Amino acid sequence: MGKETVIPFGPQHPVLPEPIHLDLVLEDETVVEAIPSIGYIHRGLEKLVEKKDFQQYTYVAERICGICSFMHGMGYCMSVESIMGVQIPERAEFLRTIWAELSRLHSHMLWLGLLADALGFESLFMHSWRLREQILDIFEETTSGRVIFSVCDIGGVRKDIDSETLKKINSILDGFEQEVSEITKVFLNDSSVILRTQGLGVLSQQAAFDLGAVGPMARASGIDIDMRKSGYAAYGRLKMEPILETAGDCYARTSVRIKEVFQSLDLIRQCIALIPEGEIKVKVMGNPKGEYFTRLEQPRGEVLYYVKANGTKFLDRVRVRTPTFANIPALLETLKGCQLADVPVLILTIDPCISCTER
Amino acid sequence: MNFSKKSPWILHYDGSSCNGCDIEVLACLTPLYDVERFGVINTGNPKHADILLITGSINEQNKSVVKQLYEQMANPKVVVAVGICAATGGIFSECYNVLGGVDRIIPVDVYVPGCAARPEAIIDGVVKALGILEERQKFARKKA
Repeated sequence: MGKETVIPFGPQHPVLPEPIHLDLVLEDETVVEAIPSIGYIHRGLEKLVEKKDFQQYTYVAERICGICSFMHGMGYCMSVESIMGVQIPERAEFLRTIWAELSRLHSHMLWLGLLADALGFESLFMHSWRLREQILDIFEETTSGRVIFSVCDIGGVRKDIDSETLKKINSILDGFEQEVSEITKVFLNDSSVILRTQGLGVLSQQAAFDLGAVGPMARASGIDIDMRKSGYAAYGRLKMEPILETAGDCYARTSVRIKEVFQSLDLIRQCIALIPEGEIKVKVMGNPKGEYFTRLEQPRGEVLYYVKANGTKFLDRVRVRTPTFANIPALLETLKGCQLADVPVLILTIDPCISCTER
Repeated sequence: MNFSKKSPWILHYDGSSCNGCDIEVLACLTPLYDVERFGVINTGNPKHADILLITGSINEQNKSVVKQLYEQMANPKVVVAVGICAATGGIFSECYNVLGGVDRIIPVDVYVPGCAARPEAIIDGVVKALGILEERQKFARKKA
């Protein structure tokens, strides 16, 4: 047995777009323990409810994270709407679902690119990000924002998508699907990618359950958990089955996310076929009073919104439990016993969003 | 056409941003905008970098990290603050853990506005930074 060495990893590290710090305790090249320290992006957003009223806080909620920005806004709006007993129009539900699934598409493409970058596969990184721009173009056309849209509002959505544009989205997605299936073949079949990911960082089903993993991390270990099945927004009217893998290694997690890309494409097409005509927003009067929990599925897993209101313009409490936070214990478990050179890939494999985690 | 005398290498650090500006910084480097064709490379090593791109505001935990990164960079160097959070703190300026813009800790040369800053704006900011970098190089040469 070798001597123990501690290697600091981060907060500024080439593989990390965001700062997180890990102390890696090594025996020779093998990691025996990883000790995280977070707080580099902590801003204190939950306390901001004291200074921004519940309407303004929608903008703050959207800025909890720039990648799944729309879904944060949606989760917050859904909570406040439930407290106030507001039933939003059906068309708004469908529009929210379309934007949410487009967000998932762009987030998964972004992650695939970052994974390729961590593997040292530069051209695959560039291709993933090139394809992602097509989704961002749809965002820009429908919401006029590329990353932060501000279209979700309490009582519905601010912008409508007309049927012409919906048709256009359909045809863009057809081309996108063709190109994506080409590059995902590389992720799933290329021997160098397989060698770097298969059998790495195995998380057993029991461990994933015990450590409370969520999202693709849990589904790759065979846990059937997908909040979209609970039927919020328009998901109740769409046909979908959670995507499961059993291996629980990096390859399985990649495979789950790749299949989810195609699942999202399918869901958006279903939405476009089913979307009803009508209003997109109802007027919201008065102030909320009461409390509510919302659970919804983000690209990284389940996010939990808790809102407590006291009948004034200012909320008492907003609590967000984000998917990356839930996945960090699972990450630390998978890091044990891996090689130092595999650490960047393993950290990326949970699709970390530190900005969500620390708020 | 004017050729820049130097291919600027960039060091990107995420202060406490929401990721919006960070993914736009990365989008600049990927095929649609592709600034690598002009010789701009995103490096992870502060000693290699000429331009420091900072997104997000300064807080208690990261102020020493930002200061250290700035001090590790070799002269001449330019700092670009990307996004409204890096300029003033933006929507988060009232948060208890946000001290304000990046200029609270290190001198900032170029401010790129926007929430999130668009890739075009970020590229424009880097081009402005290039001018400043060249002037500083001339000044350094004169001194030497």
